[in-house]
Amino acid sequence: MTIAPEQKSEQAPVPEGHVRLTIDGEEVIAPKGELIIRAAERIGVEVPRFCDHPLLDPAAACRQCLVEVEMNGRPMPKPQPSCAVTVAEGMVVKTQRTSAVADKAQQGVMELLLINHPLDCPICDKGGECPLQNQALAHGRADSRFVDTKRTFAKPVPISAQVLLDRERCVLCQRCTRFADEIAGDPFIDLLERGAHQQIGVGPADPTALLAQGETPSQTTGFTVNGSAHDIAVGDKQPFASYFSGNVIQICPVGALTSAAYRFRSRPFDLVSKPSVCEHCASGCAQRTDFRRGKVQRRLAGEDAAVNEEWTCDKGRFAFTYATADDRFTRPMVRDEKTGELKESSWTEALRIAADGLLAARKGKGAAVLPGGRLTVEDAYAYAKFARIALRTNDIDFRARPHSAEELDFLSSTVLGATPENGGVSYADLETAPAVLSVAFEPEEESPIVFLRLRKAARKNGTRFFQIASHTTPAVTKTFGTLLACEPGAETAAVDGLVAHAPDVAQALGKPGAVVLVGERAAVIPGLFAALHRLITATGAKLAWIPRRAGERGALEAGAVPNLLPGGRPVTDASARADIERSWGLAPGSLPESLGLDTNGIIAAAAAGQLGALVVGGVDPDDLPDPELADLALSTVDFVVSLELRPSEVTKRAHVVLPVAPAQERSGSYLNWEGRRREFDVVIERAGALPDCRVLDTLAVEMDVDLFTQTAQAAAGDLARLGPVAAPIPVPALVLDATPAPTPGPGQVKLATWRQLLDNGSLQINEPHLAATARLATARLAEQTAAALGITFGRPVTVSTRHGSVTLPVLPADLPPGVVWLPENSGPSSVRRTLRATHGSVVDIAANEGEA
Amino acid sequence: MTVDPLTPVLTKRWLSPRSWRLSTYEQLEGYTALRKALAGTPEQLVNVVKDAGLRGRGGAGFPAGVKWSFMPPNEDKPHYLVINADEGEPGTCKDIPLMMADPHSLIEGCVIAAYAMRSHHCFIYVRGEALHCLRRLTMAVREAKEAGYVGKDILGSGYDLEITVHAGAGAYICGEETALLDSLEGLRGQPRLKPPFPAAAGLYAAPTTVNNVETIASVPFIVNAGSDWFRQMGRDKSPGPKIYSISGHVEQPGQYEAPMGTTLRELLELCGGMKDGIPLKFWTPGGSSTPMFTTEHLDVPLDFEGAVEAGSILGTTAVMVFNETVSVPWAVMKWTQFYEHESCGKCTPCREGTYWLAQILERMVAGNGTASDIDTLLDVCDNIFGRSFCALGDGAVSPIQSGIKYFKDEFLALCKDNAARNERRELAGAH
Repeated sequence: MTIAPEQKSEQAPVPEGHVRLTIDGEEVIAPKGELIIRAAERIGVEVPRFCDHPLLDPAAACRQCLVEVEMNGRPMPKPQPSCAVTVAEGMVVKTQRTSAVADKAQQGVMELLLINHPLDCPICDKGGECPLQNQALAHGRADSRFVDTKRTFAKPVPISAQVLLDRERCVLCQRCTRFADEIAGDPFIDLLERGAHQQIGVGPADPTALLAQGETPSQTTGFTVNGSAHDIAVGDKQPFASYFSGNVIQICPVGALTSAAYRFRSRPFDLVSKPSVCEHCASGCAQRTDFRRGKVQRRLAGEDAAVNEEWTCDKGRFAFTYATADDRFTRPMVRDEKTGELKESSWTEALRIAADGLLAARKGKGAAVLPGGRLTVEDAYAYAKFARIALRTNDIDFRARPHSAEELDFLSSTVLGATPENGGVSYADLETAPAVLSVAFEPEEESPIVFLRLRKAARKNGTRFFQIASHTTPAVTKTFGTLLACEPGAETAAVDGLVAHAPDVAQALGKPGAVVLVGERAAVIPGLFAALHRLITATGAKLAWIPRRAGERGALEAGAVPNLLPGGRPVTDASARADIERSWGLAPGSLPESLGLDTNGIIAAAAAGQLGALVVGGVDPDDLPDPELADLALSTVDFVVSLELRPSEVTKRAHVVLPVAPAQERSGSYLNWEGRRREFDVVIERAGALPDCRVLDTLAVEMDVDLFTQTAQAAAGDLARLGPVAAPIPVPALVLDATPAPTPGPGQVKLATWRQLLDNGSLQINEPHLAATARLATARLAEQTAAALGITFGRPVTVSTRHGSVTLPVLPADLPPGVVWLPENSGPSSVRRTLRATHGSVVDIAANEGEA
Repeated sequence: MTVDPLTPVLTKRWLSPRSWRLSTYEQLEGYTALRKALAGTPEQLVNVVKDAGLRGRGGAGFPAGVKWSFMPPNEDKPHYLVINADEGEPGTCKDIPLMMADPHSLIEGCVIAAYAMRSHHCFIYVRGEALHCLRRLTMAVREAKEAGYVGKDILGSGYDLEITVHAGAGAYICGEETALLDSLEGLRGQPRLKPPFPAAAGLYAAPTTVNNVETIASVPFIVNAGSDWFRQMGRDKSPGPKIYSISGHVEQPGQYEAPMGTTLRELLELCGGMKDGIPLKFWTPGGSSTPMFTTEHLDVPLDFEGAVEAGSILGTTAVMVFNETVSVPWAVMKWTQFYEHESCGKCTPCREGTYWLAQILERMVAGNGTASDIDTLLDVCDNIFGRSFCALGDGAVSPIQSGIKYFKDEFLALCKDNAARNERRELAGAH
C-alpha cells in the first residue's frame, strides 16, 4: 500500500486510543501500548524472537527482534527491540524485510546464539518444531565463523521429576523463569551465575521454607521420619515445584527443557495432532493431543484466550496414561453364577444379561443410576434419559461426593443455565473483577486455571482476593490475597458476618463486577448456600460454582439429577414432563412424577435392600460420603451394572461390566464451570471403544426402549431438540440444617480437608514423573494446638475416628486453634475411606511416637 | 573573582590530618552548605544545580539538575536517592579515595540532594570489595547522625533523612543504575528494561534518582559558592572541577583534580610525566570502556564534548596511560577478558559476544590468529555495539574497535607467524 501525499487528508481517521504508524512501508493503525512486534504480526510481518511471549512481560533480553525505528523523522541511533517498544504516532518501523541494519543485527544475534549451542538437532526432542531451528534457517548465516571452544555443561539435569534441563541448548531467553515468576508464582527456578556461565537452575534446598509452603522437598522419595523437619529434604537441590511446570517445556523456544515422560519418544513430524479438551477438572482447558501409531505421546496446552490462554496444569498435561493401563477393560464381563467370578463375554450376552437384570429390578424394587461426575454432556444425557425411560425412575444423581439437598437447590436455582453469554461469571469476569471472594474452594488445587486467572487479575488489574478458609494456602499468597480465617464448618457464620465484621471486604464485593466463588466443599457446610445468597443480595456480587470434576456442570444441565429432567425441567412439573414426553415420543404420563433419590438416598436405599439394581458409571465408592456404606449398598443390591474403564471397587460387586472408552477415544463436550461448551472430537479411533451413550443406547434397545444416543452427535442433537435450558427455578427457601455443629472434646480437633490437585486419583496412574511432583501429604496444625497436644512438628501424628486412623507428618500452619488439616486423598491420607470423615468432622489426634 | 585553575575544590580537605573525621570537616566549612540549603526550597536547590551546569560524573554526563527535576513533585510514594558508589570501571579510582578522605562531603551532598528531591531515605551502594571505605563511610554516617546532620529533624528544619550504606557483592554490572537498584532490592543484579525510568519507578518501584559519588560531593560547593562560581571552572558545556584518576606508566599515578577540559599533556605535567621517560603509546580518557587515544590526542580537552569530538567518550576520567612497552592486542585481550567475566548474561550480544571475542583475542595473542580473525573481531563488535541490552556491551567492544583502528599493524603482526597455518583452514566453518 502506498500513500501519495495528496491523499493524506483522506486518510481514515485514527480511532480513539489508537495511533498510526508505518511498518515496512505499510500503514498500520494500532492501539496505544501495543508492542511493535505484535503490530507487525497483524500485517503479516514476522520478526524473529525468543524471549518474547505474548503472555509474559517484555524482557528484551535475547535481542533477536531488533528493528530500525524512526521517530519524528529522526532514526533512533540504535536498533530497537520490537518486543519491548510500543507503537507511537508517526513512528516508522523497518524490519529485516526493508532494513539492512535490522537484518544484519538479527543475523548477528542469531550467530551469537548459536556459537554455544550444541546444534544437536538430530537427537533433540524439539527438532522439527524448534523456534531456534526454524528462525536460524530463516534469519541466520549458512555457516558459523566460530571455530573456538564451545561452553559445555553436564546434561540433562532434572529440575523436577518431570522437567529435564539441557543447559547447553538453552539460549537464556528466560521464558521459563519469567513464567514461573509471573504466571504461576512458583519461582523455584531462576538464573544462576553470570556471563557465558549464566544458566537456568534450581536453588539449594531450604526444607523449612519449602514445607511451610506445602511444597514437595524431594522429587524422588517420600517423607521419611527420622527427626526434625530438616531431615525431610533429600538431596541438596530444591526441585522446581509447581503445578504448572509443564508449561515451561512447551514455551521453551529451544530443546533446553524437555519432558521426562516424552523425552526421546517421538519426532514432531511423526506425530498426529488433534485438538482436545482436558477431562480432569472443570476449568475446561483447550489442549492438543499428539499421538503416534495409535498411542498418545504427549498433551500440550491449546490456545483459547477466553479460557486457559496458553496454559494448562501438569495434571492435564501429563495424566493421560490411565487410558492405556494394562488392566483396562476391553471386553464386556458377566459374573458366572457358578463360580461367582467375572468372565469375559460377548456384547450380546452381556447386554442381554444386563437388560434382563434391570428389567427384573424395574418390575420389582426399582433401579437407580449413579453416573458419576466425569461424563460428557452427551453421556450424562444418555444416563438421564436411560434412567427415565428404560428404568422409569428419577433416582439418578451425578454427585459422587458429599452433597446435600441444599446444594441441589442451589444448583437448580443459581447455577443451572448460566453461561458467559447470558451473564454468568466467566474467566474474563474474574480477570476484571475488583474483588473475588472464594469460599469452600481452593483454586490452585481444585481448578488450577481459575487460580492462574485470579493471580493474573491480582497482578495485572489489582483484583483483591479474599479466601474464607482454615489457613493461608499458597493460592492466597500467590494472589496477594487475604485469608479470612475460619474453622471448618463455620464458613456459614463467616459469610453471614462479613458485612458486620469485615466491612472492607463487603465494600469491595459491592463494587460492580465483584465475584464470589464457591466449590464442592460447600455441600458439607450447612446453610452456606443460603448465606451466600444473602451475601450476594446484600452486595450485588455475582456468584459462581466451580465443581472439581469436568462433567458435573454438564450432568446438571443434562438432567442427571433427581429433581430435574434434561434441560433443567423440574420433574414435579407436569407441563415440563409433558414437553419432554412429546419430544421423546413417549405416551403422556409415562415419565416418573416423583422426586428421585439423591446419591445418599440411593446408597441408603440400596444398603437397606430397597433397590433392585444399580447402574454405575465410573464411580469410585471411595469418593462417596461413606465408602463402607457404599460397599454395603453394592453388595446388598440384587443387580449391579458397571460401565467402567478399569477395575474398581464396583467391579468386585458388579454382575455385568460394560467397558467404555476413555476421553481420548470418544467425542462429545464438557461444560466447564462457566457453562461454556467445550467440544472435542475423537483423538484415537479404536475399534470396540464405545462411549457410555452408545453402550446405554444399545442396552436400552435390549430393554425395548430407544434412547437415540448411538453417538455423541446424536445425543447432542436429541438434547438440543428439547430446546434451551428452562429458566432457572426460583431460589427456594433454603432450610438450615438444625443439627448443632459437633464440639471437639479433649484430644479432639475439628477436621479441615480438601483434595490436592495431584493425589491418589485413579486418572493419575502410571505416570511416576507426575506423581513425584505431588505436594507431600502432611497434616497441618497451629503451633498452640500442637503445643497443647504435645505434638512436635516434623514428627508423625495420628488422626483417627472410630472407623480408622491416618498417620502423617505434621507441619505448622496458621490454622485456628483446635483444627487439623489433612489432604483428602493423598498418600496414606484417605479421609473418606479410612476415617469416614469429612470437612468439619470432629476427629481424635495424638502424636505417634511409635513410628519415629 | 578569578580562580586559579588548579585550586582544589573536591580534594581540598584530602591532605588535612584525619580529614575523614567530622571535626575536621566542620572546621573546614563542613555542613555550612547544608544549613544554607535547608533554608531554601527544594525547587531553588534544583535550579541552582541546573544553573551550575553540573553534569553526572559517573560517565554519561547527564545534567544533574535536570535529572533531579524528573522526580515527581508529589510524595504519593516515597522518593529515594541512591548513590552509585560501585566504582568498577577499570582504571577508575576517584570515588573510593573521595569517600576515604572526605566522606562527609558526600554525606552533606546526600542530605542536600535528598532534600531537593523530597527524599527521606538515601542509599549509598558501595563496591563490596572496598571494605575499608565501607567502614569509614559507615562511621562517617554514624558521626553525622549523632551530630544531627542526618536523621530526624535535621538541624531543626523538620526535615528527616535516613542514610543507609549498602555493600555490593562485586559485580561490574551493578554500576549500571537499574542493575544497581535490582541488586539493592536483593535481586539478581541485571539491568532493567526502561521505561519505566528510575524517576518514575526505581527502587521498590518508587521514584528514584541515582547519582554518582563525585556528582553529589560537588553539590555542597555549588550551594555554598553559587552556580556562577562553579561555571568559572571547566568549559561552557562541561563546567566544574573533576577528579582525574591517572594510572599506568606515569611517574606519580594518583588522583589529580583539575577543571573539566584539561588535556592529557597538562595532566602528564601534573603527575611528573611518563615513567622513566619511556614514550607514551596509547591511553584511555575514561576507563577501558572508552575508546583508546594515542599520542595524537595529547591536546584533546578532556570534557564531555572534547572527548566525543575526538572519537571517544569522557567516561569516568580514568586516564590509563600505557607506554611503548605494552602490546595493544595483549592489553585489549586483558580488557576483553574482564568484560567476558563481568557480562551479566542477560542479553545475547554481550553474553555470547564477549565469550567469543575473548577466545579470538586469546588465540591471536598466543600466535594462532589469522588476518580474517581481525575481520571477525570487528564484525562481532559491530553485532554487539548498540545491540546489547545496556551499555556494558558497547563498552566491551570499545578497546577492540579503537585498538584495531589505531594499531591494526600490531594485530596483523601477531598473525604473521601463523600465516602458514592460515593457508590450510579446512576446518573453517565447521560447527
